Amino acid sequence: MSKQRVIVVGGGLAGLAAAMKIAELGTSVLLVSFQPVKRSHSVCAQGGINGAVNIKGEGDSPDIHFYDTVKGGDFLANQPLCKDMCHHAPYIINLMDRLGVTFNRTPEGNLDFRRFGGTLYHRTAFAGATTGQQLLYALDEQVRHFEVQGIVEKMEWHEYLGAVLNNDGRCVGAVIHNLRTGEIMALKGDAVILATGGPGLVYGRSTNSMVCTGTATTSAYLQGAKYGNGEFIQIHPSAIPGRDKLRLMSESARGEGGRIWVPRKAGDSRSPKDIPEKERFYFLEERYPLYGNLVPRDVGAREIYDICVNEGLGVKGEMKVYLDLTHHTPEFLDRRLGGILETYEKFTGVDPRVEPMEIFPAVHYSMGGIWTDYTPTSDGLIDYQSPNNQMTSITGLYAAGEADYQYHGGNRLGANSLLSCIYTGLMMSPGVINYIKNLPEAAEDHPQKVFDDATTQWQERFSDINKMNGSENPYSLHRELAEQMITNVLIVRQNINLEATLDKINEFESRWKNITCLDTTDWSNPVPSFINQLWNMIQLSKVITKGALMRDEFRGSHYKPEFDLKQPDDFKPETYLEFEKQKSAGNLNGSAFDQQHLAYMKRFAENNEKWLKTTIAEYKNGTSGSEGGPEISYEDVDTSLISPRPRKYN
Amino acid sequence: MSDTVTFKIKRQNTAESSPYWENFVIPYIPNSNVISCLMDIQTKPENSKGEKVAPVVWESNCLEEVCGSCTMVINGKVHQACSALIDKLEKPITLEPMSKFPVIRDLIVDRSRMFEALKKVQAWVTADGYHDLGPGDRESQSIQEVAYKLSECMTCGCCVEACPQYTQKNNFLGAAAISQARLFNMHHTGKNITDQRLDTLMQEGGISDCGNAQNCVEVCPKSIPLTESIAEIGRQVSGKIWRNIFKA
Repeated sequence: MSKQRVIVVGGGLAGLAAAMKIAELGTSVLLVSFQPVKRSHSVCAQGGINGAVNIKGEGDSPDIHFYDTVKGGDFLANQPLCKDMCHHAPYIINLMDRLGVTFNRTPEGNLDFRRFGGTLYHRTAFAGATTGQQLLYALDEQVRHFEVQGIVEKMEWHEYLGAVLNNDGRCVGAVIHNLRTGEIMALKGDAVILATGGPGLVYGRSTNSMVCTGTATTSAYLQGAKYGNGEFIQIHPSAIPGRDKLRLMSESARGEGGRIWVPRKAGDSRSPKDIPEKERFYFLEERYPLYGNLVPRDVGAREIYDICVNEGLGVKGEMKVYLDLTHHTPEFLDRRLGGILETYEKFTGVDPRVEPMEIFPAVHYSMGGIWTDYTPTSDGLIDYQSPNNQMTSITGLYAAGEADYQYHGGNRLGANSLLSCIYTGLMMSPGVINYIKNLPEAAEDHPQKVFDDATTQWQERFSDINKMNGSENPYSLHRELAEQMITNVLIVRQNINLEATLDKINEFESRWKNITCLDTTDWSNPVPSFINQLWNMIQLSKVITKGALMRDEFRGSHYKPEFDLKQPDDFKPETYLEFEKQKSAGNLNGSAFDQQHLAYMKRFAENNEKWLKTTIAEYKNGTSGSEGGPEISYEDVDTSLISPRPRKYN
Repeated sequence: MSDTVTFKIKRQNTAESSPYWENFVIPYIPNSNVISCLMDIQTKPENSKGEKVAPVVWESNCLEEVCGSCTMVINGKVHQACSALIDKLEKPITLEPMSKFPVIRDLIVDRSRMFEALKKVQAWVTADGYHDLGPGDRESQSIQEVAYKLSECMTCGCCVEACPQYTQKNNFLGAAAISQARLFNMHHTGKNITDQRLDTLMQEGGISDCGNAQNCVEVCPKSIPLTESIAEIGRQVSGKIWRNIFKA
């Protein structure tokens, strides 16, 4: 068989971890990236990476981490993957330490850990408040070393357009677009890994970087790959408003003691420092005494929405609340949170060491993504040798990191994303190599026609885009799409608005055809590329919106007030386990429970029966009055290790 | 306050073509940064004469000054365009590509020389493998604080743009790469290849090309103590020279 290689698309944490591990195992890697990999979006991750190392002697363990992750995700994640990830988290943190990440230290010189949302343990290792940047740099350095040794080849300034599929529908390469010369070409690769991150730009302004259009994963979906849980979009409670982007204010600010509050009096115009303690409403601490300011993100974002919109208590009447760190000394803050406080000061001109910050919720992360497979072992972990791990429904096409749908269920816990990105990249690599070793023929041995046809198809697509001479500006149309999504498919979702949004998206799709290609030169021209990305963002917005419309329940980040099961205030989740036990034994003793609780538990069980399922979107041509769109079906979730129960954080 | 802002932008269509200046007048919106103004030009790409032109091309990604992409020369000073707030800038605002790198188009330059420099100074830790080899070494808080500062370098190019010794005609490695060599020479296992790093830094393009102008440290957006790094590497190189003399 001819020489084989793996194409990795994307140079963030997941892509670099995969490239590094595959190279270590002796297989050549071609690393394709939109930009120099060192500038990937992973640099924006601030607060830290989770792993139950138990440095503080609190009795933390990987199993508790696993439980917090599954509960945080409202039981929608496949559990063997979560369990395996959490059990490997301490090793991953140790590995990154060995590779030179400048993690903060305890006085004894051990790695220091801080608190994050959705857990009661100090489980988050961190490097100042630029942990993602530091982790990415360590992997970038390892990959650069392999580049010097000739095992990894980098193609930066290239955009992935689509997979090359052979006659059996197997992925044998990738079509890429040179962002300098405009050249479109097909690359041969025995497996292709999409580690292309999330789709925040579907919402226009988010905490995501400019490359996070979701174009690559949407392209896979348009080529027939299944897309999972698209409607689960994480809204981060704390971001800094901005015209070009909404900059993240890390959860670590609250992990280090930051307190969220609003003035008790609506429209209070006093400076925050002039508002006395008793006139401040620390609403998260009052409503969630146990977790306080460190409730999971979906809970935090909903509470801020409730305070600002329903109670009208937002700062200066706007959708903003205070995040207050001023009770700490500047020295403490600089050592543990330096990077993010500088960012806040640089972009707002206000020193957060002196004045409380003004923050608001913003689109941050997609729990959903390309559907991927896995092979569990009999003890509920993952069989690392299996070629199925992280494989999409297109044979030979893999996905990793935020691009895939696994690990976070209906809501991701803070500091689990860096973990899941590095974990997937490392975990999948032996299986990818087994996959390519057992192929009947190498990509290199396929007839050239397979690659030429794919190239021609994309060349024609871009030639058509270059000829577009209508009246719509693609950048303005993108702003309109974003406005719709922000208004109707965010924290609170109503079916009537979701339906109207789907109509609107179809309208955007028609208007897309009337775009003018503002720049038709063939050198370093981002316009045709953006027009293609916009098409994909329109397609993905249908997946998100239709998935949200059809899922008539409230789970994790997907909140429909109409379908809130209304958990009684005094309900304890353990009661549900007893209820389940009796129910499955066929001797449910209704009188043993409070009647309100019983009614709630029945509602909960019924709802899970119907909705504790993964949403699967598959692209179908010419449906619902448009070019094509998602057909939605549902798939069972593996909940074999921790039985689902109501979430509660107070 | 004027209700418009004028941008004077130095444009260049291809790597080979000649640069030219073009003005853009856009509505003034408070709290804008340079990037959001460039985005506004995209939605209405017309120059100040009302001619329809190709939108200005620039490089950007994170927009919160951690990726290093959007470095350009703003009113004569090198800076990230994302953290350049227009309310703090003199008007009209001039934008130019960095001068120390080949221009690709408009405000985009080719900084691959900086990444090549990281290869030359072997800015990495040599690992036996990525399997479970247990925890790394313990480290004091004081050393971590020094290392953390150095590791915030985002290869943005500000330091070398401001450096009089760094030109398109020579092969000086520049402050960023020298500072990375210091970072890895102080790491428990990274220091195992200190000698190889110093060998590179003793050659042409290495430490002796620094003219001690100290511009680098003034423009670094992350306040990395670049001159301290250069001094430290200078000491390490001198030490190695002495050791070589005594060995001979």
